[in-house]
Amino acid sequence: MIEVQNIDKSFADLQILHDISTVFEKGKVNLIIGQSGQGKSVLAKCMVGLHEVDTGHVIYDGKDFTSMNRNERSLIRQQIGMLFQGSALFDSMNVEENVGFPLTMFTNKSSAEIKKRVDFCLERVNLTGKNKLLPSECSGGMQKRIGIARAISMNPKYLFCDEPNSGLDPKTAILIDGLIQDITKEYNMTTVVITHDMNSVIEIGENVIFIYEGKKWWQGDKKSIITTENPEITDFVYASEFMKEIRQNIRNTRT
Amino acid sequence: MWRRVISELEIIGVSSLFIVGLMSLFMGGVIALNTAYQLTTPLLPDYTVGYITQQSTFLEFSPTVMSLILAGKVGSNIASEIGTMRVTEQIDALEIMGVNSLNYLVLPKIIAAMLFFPILIICSMALSLIGGWLALQVSGLINTEVYVMGIRSFFDPFHITYALIKAVCFAFLIVSVSSYYGYYVRGGSLDVGKASTQAIVTSSVVILMSNFILTKLLLF
Repeated sequence: MIEVQNIDKSFADLQILHDISTVFEKGKVNLIIGQSGQGKSVLAKCMVGLHEVDTGHVIYDGKDFTSMNRNERSLIRQQIGMLFQGSALFDSMNVEENVGFPLTMFTNKSSAEIKKRVDFCLERVNLTGKNKLLPSECSGGMQKRIGIARAISMNPKYLFCDEPNSGLDPKTAILIDGLIQDITKEYNMTTVVITHDMNSVIEIGENVIFIYEGKKWWQGDKKSIITTENPEITDFVYASEFMKEIRQNIRNTRT
Repeated sequence: MWRRVISELEIIGVSSLFIVGLMSLFMGGVIALNTAYQLTTPLLPDYTVGYITQQSTFLEFSPTVMSLILAGKVGSNIASEIGTMRVTEQIDALEIMGVNSLNYLVLPKIIAAMLFFPILIICSMALSLIGGWLALQVSGLINTEVYVMGIRSFFDPFHITYALIKAVCFAFLIVSVSSYYGYYVRGGSLDVGKASTQAIVTSSVVILMSNFILTKLLLF
């Protein structure tokens, strides 16, 4: 479980996050959603320590991450897996080296043991036999799956995914969503997904936090987000005129 | 760590051997020819050509001019490599994994450069002297014995030490300045290009300034 308590974050004079408090539950896919530029990625980066919070606390299973020194944070970070928006695979390494990188850095496993674990992780994301490919030789969807394989190679307790579906076609996006959900359940991880893709919300949103103007505007699940009357959320969920029309038709039918 | 140092030795050092060798051969030739061209007075012995070629090569050309060239080649490579890693979030990925990204990325490069630059500079010295000899032989200006006598005349082994000290200092400066520009780049590919250019310019200026300081400290 990850707790966020009263987080404020500013860059120069511009305040991005305003007093955000919430809980990301274990064994669930927790979604942070909102329009672009509202502070979703900044919140996630504050949670993993890529940005320092101005005030507030981030607590990983009772341990206050914000007050830790670099070495203590390093220990927590070894339990964090992160899938980046652009996958962030290391260009100079092949798939096998990318996935095995955290194991090489932080474990005393032999190369045979690392290879076995890498093969297992690649099999888990349906990329068996792709060990020797370079990231540049892989499609966007494959890169995301390699990113997931790398993120789970250390058996993390916490998984962060920054816009895992960006740049993917709807079918591949659903595949990635399914994979994230399956892995979360399988390893009982605390998963945090940053997205503005409504398909993802409907597919995997067990605990959804809506960020608006740097504030936690709303929290609920995938069912309640469809029925809420909160105008900012309905503007986000039913963004196009077509969707608004469909919603109006459904409401008219009901009344 | 040491695997990365070996890999960097190949990228920073071995891959620079050809350009350093080529430039040294031609520059040595030009130094020898220019010196021979200037020596019109019969009061100066012919072996002065070898002596001046040796002095110019050991004191300035090999350690300083070669380092300026390497600042262009190695510096831009380092700044763009690290800069690209920054803008594509690869450095963030390292940090999230708990890896000290500065140590992981920059330290092996610094160690590799400080180990290999002296080797490059020694190669450069040797090839520059050979280039001078070749140029004089082709043009038929001075024979081999006189040229070699000039190279050996007033030879001070400290000049080699002086050149190698400068090489090690310049290696540290080139890698650290270029890494700084790459590591702290913000934005996209355009900014990586700018950082790469800035890294070369700043490295060159820092090399010339520290060359002055080192010359003052070591020779006077």
